Amino acid sequence: MRYLKNVSTLTIDRKKCTGCGMCAVVCPHRVIKIAERKAWIIEPDLCMECGACAVNCRENAVSVKNGTGCAYGMIKAKLKGSSEECECDCC
Amino acid sequence: MKEGKLRFKNTDGKPAFSDILGKLRMRLGIKRSDYRVNPGLYALNSPGAGSPVLVSANYKLSFDVLRAAASDLDAWILVLDTKGINVWCAAGKGTFGTEELIKRVKKSGLSKYLSHKTLILPQLGASGVAAHKVKAKTGFTVKFGPVEAYDLRKYLENGQKCDEAMRTIRFPLAERLVLTPVEMVLSWPLLLGSLSLSVLCALISGGLPVFLSLLSLSVLAILTGTLLVPALLPYIPGSSFAWKGWITGLISSVIYLLLAGISSAVFIAGALFLFPAISAFLALNFTGSTTFTSPSGVKKEMLYAIPFCVISAAAGLVFLFYFAFRGFSL
Repeated sequence: MRYLKNVSTLTIDRKKCTGCGMCAVVCPHRVIKIAERKAWIIEPDLCMECGACAVNCRENAVSVKNGTGCAYGMIKAKLKGSSEECECDCC
Repeated sequence: MKEGKLRFKNTDGKPAFSDILGKLRMRLGIKRSDYRVNPGLYALNSPGAGSPVLVSANYKLSFDVLRAAASDLDAWILVLDTKGINVWCAAGKGTFGTEELIKRVKKSGLSKYLSHKTLILPQLGASGVAAHKVKAKTGFTVKFGPVEAYDLRKYLENGQKCDEAMRTIRFPLAERLVLTPVEMVLSWPLLLGSLSLSVLCALISGGLPVFLSLLSLSVLAILTGTLLVPALLPYIPGSSFAWKGWITGLISSVIYLLLAGISSAVFIAGALFLFPAISAFLALNFTGSTTFTSPSGVKKEMLYAIPFCVISAAAGLVFLFYFAFRGFSL
């Protein structure tokens, strides 16, 4: 199943990347592949911006505006006037 | 129990009757925020110094899934305090996180007791836990195991290695369906609103036939958004959830109007503006339950979907009240 195209905020700075492969390991949608000792985004439209890759990059080469893709939570957060974090108790 | 300096509680993989009831309660969304186990170290069956350490959340459903999947293994289960929230959501919120894991590892006394230095975490915990920071602070190597607990045995037999399938999250029919009761329960305000609308229109004019038609359309729209769209998710064309909900809601409303033989143009217009919009909104809300929607995508979709749903529903209400006040017949 695929969601909206061309929206993912995932980027990899290949100058900082050492090709350790941790980002590729933790990605639950197999968005990243390691080739020629660098990480490559091969399936950007499968990215759900969970942030696992960025959190586990020791070189800070991976960046993504992470969060939960939950409309209910975003609406609730907006109504409460808080930041756009998940504010629901649904998960 | 104490073993050396290790403090732990015993557990096994067998679910008690209360666990089954609890699972049912969670799936229905009743007091879901209050289903916890105490954080800390648990001995699953009879582990020793060489047994694997599995890290979990203190949402009881997560803990139960893990101990059931590992029921015939001897293992340590280290439960983090995630405020009763499952691994994935807690990792997103940061409670299944680096700091909490470091704290629990230090408190557990595991490092002096174990003959190895490895912690096995569910892969979906990776968005909260930075493996390299845990290593630096505790000396333990964090290994991210499979996405699903049921692959755990295979992972361990495989020398703690995942294949691509174990690393990939899916969203099969059974998993989509198990989430739908909660969606239905959460949609009660819409049901209440539709019920009031049905009663009002029936009282103004039209009586029982109008009441029944509006109530049926409402229930159908809610079931479409909360059950039919999740069930048919991969088969409904398009990628936007609101669109999927709207088109499915439109089809189900049209089918009802045809079968019921309703011929009032004003009523039909009202129904088609209102009910597909309700299905669209509910389908949009299902994004939070899926395993593949990104916040950027949901934000983009909400930008047009929410105003569309509100305006369309308002137009629908105008038509339906006009129908009722003029005393048209179905």
